Amino acid sequence: MPAVSKGDGMRGLAVFISDIRNCKSKEAEIKRINKELANIRSKFKGDKALDGYSKKKYVCKLLFIFLLGHDIDFGHMEAVNLLSSNKYTEKQIGYLFISVLVNSNSELIRLINNAIKNDLSSRNPTFMCLALHCIANVGSREMAEAFASEIPRILVAGDTMDSVKQSAALCLLRLYKTSPDLVLMGEWTSRVVHLLNDQHMGVVTAAISLITCLSQKNPDEFKTCVSLAVSRLSRIVSSASTDLQDYTYYFVPAPWLSCKLLRLLQCYPPPEDGAVKGRLVECLETILNKAQEPPKSKKVQHSNAKNAILFEAISLIIHYDSEPNLLVRACNQLGQFLQHRETNLRYLALESMCTLASSEFSHEAVKTHIETVINALKTERDVSVRQRAADLLYAMCDRSNAKQIVAEMLSYLETADYSIREEMVLKVAILAEKYAVDYSWYVDTILNLIRIAGDYVSEEVWYRVIQIVINRDDVQGYAAKTVFEALQAPACHENMVKVGGYILGEFGNLIAGDPRSSPLVQFNLLHSKFHLCSVPTRALLLSAYIKFINLFPETKATIQEVLRCDSQIRNSDVELQQRAVEYLKLSSIASTDVLATVLEEMPPFPERESSILAKLKKKKGPGTVSVTDLEDSKREGGELNGGGERGPDTAAMAASNASTPSPSADLLGIRSAAPVGAAPASAGSLLVDVFSEAGPAAPSAAVNDDGFLSSAPPSEDPAPPLPEADELLNKFVCKNNGVLFENQLLQIGIKSEYRQNLGRMYLFYGNKTSVQFASFTTTVSYPGELQSHILFVQSCSCMFRNQYTSENWDTACYSTSPIFAH
Amino acid sequence: MIGGLFIYNHKGEVLISRVYRDDIGRNAVDAFRVNVIHARQQVRSPVTNIARTSFFHVKRSNIWLAAVTKQNVNAAMVFEFLYKMCDVMTAYFGKISEENIKNNFVLIYELLDEILDFGYPQNSETGALKTFITQQGIKGQSQTKEEQSQITSQVTGQIGWRREGIKYRRNELFLDVLESVNLLMSPQGQVLSAHVSGRVVMKSYLSGMPECKFGMNDKIVIDKQGKGGTTEDTGKSDLGGGSSGKQSIAIDDCTFHQCVRLSKFDSERSISFIPPDGEYELMRYRTTKDIILPFRVIPLVREVGRTKLEVKVVIKSNFKPSLLAQKIEVRIPTPLNTSGVQVICMKGKAKYKASENAIVWKIKRMAGMKESQISAEIELLPTNDKKKWARPPISMNFEVPFAPSGLKVRYLKVFESKLNYSDHDVIKWVRYIGRSGIYETRC
Repeated sequence: MPAVSKGDGMRGLAVFISDIRNCKSKEAEIKRINKELANIRSKFKGDKALDGYSKKKYVCKLLFIFLLGHDIDFGHMEAVNLLSSNKYTEKQIGYLFISVLVNSNSELIRLINNAIKNDLSSRNPTFMCLALHCIANVGSREMAEAFASEIPRILVAGDTMDSVKQSAALCLLRLYKTSPDLVLMGEWTSRVVHLLNDQHMGVVTAAISLITCLSQKNPDEFKTCVSLAVSRLSRIVSSASTDLQDYTYYFVPAPWLSCKLLRLLQCYPPPEDGAVKGRLVECLETILNKAQEPPKSKKVQHSNAKNAILFEAISLIIHYDSEPNLLVRACNQLGQFLQHRETNLRYLALESMCTLASSEFSHEAVKTHIETVINALKTERDVSVRQRAADLLYAMCDRSNAKQIVAEMLSYLETADYSIREEMVLKVAILAEKYAVDYSWYVDTILNLIRIAGDYVSEEVWYRVIQIVINRDDVQGYAAKTVFEALQAPACHENMVKVGGYILGEFGNLIAGDPRSSPLVQFNLLHSKFHLCSVPTRALLLSAYIKFINLFPETKATIQEVLRCDSQIRNSDVELQQRAVEYLKLSSIASTDVLATVLEEMPPFPERESSILAKLKKKKGPGTVSVTDLEDSKREGGELNGGGERGPDTAAMAASNASTPSPSADLLGIRSAAPVGAAPASAGSLLVDVFSEAGPAAPSAAVNDDGFLSSAPPSEDPAPPLPEADELLNKFVCKNNGVLFENQLLQIGIKSEYRQNLGRMYLFYGNKTSVQFASFTTTVSYPGELQSHILFVQSCSCMFRNQYTSENWDTACYSTSPIFAH
Repeated sequence: MIGGLFIYNHKGEVLISRVYRDDIGRNAVDAFRVNVIHARQQVRSPVTNIARTSFFHVKRSNIWLAAVTKQNVNAAMVFEFLYKMCDVMTAYFGKISEENIKNNFVLIYELLDEILDFGYPQNSETGALKTFITQQGIKGQSQTKEEQSQITSQVTGQIGWRREGIKYRRNELFLDVLESVNLLMSPQGQVLSAHVSGRVVMKSYLSGMPECKFGMNDKIVIDKQGKGGTTEDTGKSDLGGGSSGKQSIAIDDCTFHQCVRLSKFDSERSISFIPPDGEYELMRYRTTKDIILPFRVIPLVREVGRTKLEVKVVIKSNFKPSLLAQKIEVRIPTPLNTSGVQVICMKGKAKYKASENAIVWKIKRMAGMKESQISAEIELLPTNDKKKWARPPISMNFEVPFAPSGLKVRYLKVFESKLNYSDHDVIKWVRYIGRSGIYETRC
């Protein structure tokens, strides 16, 4: 850039800058700058007009001072004057000052826009370029308003110079990015697309950036660019490295343009026209072939440029996902890179392969590299590469290699970096569940997982293992045995204790026959861990103990002894104390029949999407999530995924259960992130009890039902429970009033008050639509003995108003107020 | 306790680094450089906490002295030590500058070893230090065993600041009362805040171990004597040339050199001491009442349109006509968009200094009860900035030959019982110098 051409060198500026650089201290610098500012002020103030040269020099100095971090509050006018100069350097400095220092000063903006307009309409290409650069650099809304209509004209005009076209394309891109609503392509669209055919490679490169951006927003308008891009690409790919002279970079023809073309094509589906498609496939094949050729240069730039094109081509192939041949070839090419000594290449290869693995055509091809990937997981120095390797292993896993991959991931977990452990744990858990052929392997795997990476195992993982064990009869005995053995270890993780407590409480009887695991031994084993656990785990263990009393009456005395001791029955934690007291009473008062009913085995859980998957999605960035999504949706049909695999009886049971979801079943499901037995969960079930049985003080066993005691009779909820209703229910833990249910049509509110043994509930129904509800009835059903307690039901039926406003609650409401007593 | 001591030049390069405790690592040196010396915003607090490490710094011209500690030390102690350190260095090699520090590299390390031991300050009395840390290299054989043991007993003894057996042919002492007067005045001439901080500096060349007694017109002492009816000293020791006729001053607070017997000051309010040899600071004090303001500044600023400013400043000297003020300098700030200045003054020289954004008016000498005036026309460049000029205050520098606090030395008596010279044989000199501190008038 000829900023300071010969004979035009601003000596004053050079002296000033060297003065500043030589300043010993900040104070000295400030003094020098103050002096210079005073000098410039007196010069600008001077009555005699300054010539262009000195004006340029002083504006330059001001700019320098500004860039040093000092405020400049004058000189704008002089800079604007420079814009109208005919000398390139003066104009350039003027534009530079404006681009750096412009603020929304209305009168100046008008002057500046005027000057820019003049330059744009001049026939001088350098001036036009300067003006375009200034617009792009400022890129403000005012600029966009003034010039958004002007620039496309310059861009497509036949007589515009190539360099100006380049600037215009990039300037338009900038304006489009800052204020897309002002840049309307309309009639220019096709002519802009045809810039892809331009003779000048620079123009094409600039234009393609613009087109890519525009076509992302409205792909249909720019559809025609596909065939043009393909032909352009094929011309570049087939050209010899010497054809493109200026645009050949280390023997690679136009690498940047190629990459941009390939990226543009990724905005569109595969071309429908057979000829175009053939040509494109040919191009991609050529690119893949070229990768096999020996390098023309040993310079790193050469291989970088070549590989950049290759990787773009591979992502295009993956994007199309329709050419099995190409996909397999791409996969093989990536396989070579997996062993390359460049770490970056290995990283990129792993990343691309991860997406390739999700394609049905190349999945098998990816699988052949499993050994290499496992090796990468073990030996890579860089943690990010290891992470990619883990991702790829996850993606390439299917039933045939699940055992191997899960085993490898488990063994890697022991040494894995802390940052990726939790994610690894989730992945192992998901894979183990998804591809479990026999569930004893699954149980082994998860227990191993808890043993190896206890702290990183989230709640969802162990919820899930319990759900599966409960739903499948055949593993229950094995699970109980394994858990029992795992708990023998002197130090085991709290999650292990939770799983152990739950499973032994449910299925301890299955292994009680063996004298080595007699009921008392089981109990002592669990109780030996009791004191090392946190409150929620202790609560769970207490529930396990009461289940023991039911399963093995011979342990009753021992367990009652434990419950009776001060550390339980007078525990400072309310939850633990309550459980201890209630379980003790329950075990001593209730007959064995009652006990057996109350402490019945848990019913199977309803089938649902694994909560672990949801957790993994939440944890990972959006980019990777889409990959897993893709993969899941693709596999759903064929592979064993949840319901299809399981026996029809389980599925049926699950289905029947799902229709009347017992509130307690929910506790192990997705929404209950809170640990079992923690306050909100148990209170949540209390609330559902209130709702279903219309009694504030339901039997105490049901009150603290933590999902373990399934004795609560299956309730017939008056309102069909909706997923979001559960969330709403949680609100009622602490308050008596609120919205119970809401959808687009109806809002149901509840208001309740309790005094001693009396309770009163109001239900409010609000019509949210603009039309009237006809024949609206509410049915209140009172299960069991509660019926006899209800004193009074008053229901006043009145009309729903058409117009319902939220402020005007009363007019639209309708109340049912049962009063009941015990 | 002090963990380490670093000296940096203005660029932040370490000139001296002495670490006394293990809890201070090498990175502490860089931490101070990065966070204080090279900080984006100027660091104004003298104490900086970086990563649980406290840095106490003082700046002398371009040199930074920083004491570092990880413990919760007495900050006043650390600063007192740093100032003492500066005094000691000045006494050894004059001005504290990068060049001097580099030239006296070994000496500084030797001093640091002596005056700070495991972070605890030791004897920092220049006179005492000079007896065994010299710049002439090792004295070697010339120092006998007795002399060495004498040094030990003196340094560790009760009077660590003076050695025995000093002899002068002529017993002489110089007393300087140095004051700096600070003022902030409103444009209408109302005093918004004013105080004087003063020092009594003594240079003594006395033989033996003399006992001295210092007296001044401290209000409490005068009142006490007035009650007792003993007025023997009045008028007799009026050595100074003060201007006011008032008899006594109220001292707000004062600090003494370690040689002053504080118990005696507390009980009788008399200042008695055995002085160190050579120059030292006897006391420091501060007063806020009845200050004699040597100059009055009357500003007059008029804005003529948007592009012109007229400034007129009158200064009046307010002390005995027989006294002469010196080195008078008035600094009138100018707006930031000044494009030209014309100045007319009756006396002295005035100049617009663009680098400082101020008009500087200098007068060499000015007698008391006189008046002088400057007027300036400032041309302004219209800017698109709507910010109004903040009008910083007009500041002033000067030097006057009296104490603006009104302090007067009444007597300084010297008693030496062992050697045969009496108070009358000692030649005594007293000098008063009043300087401006921050002496500002709003306009």
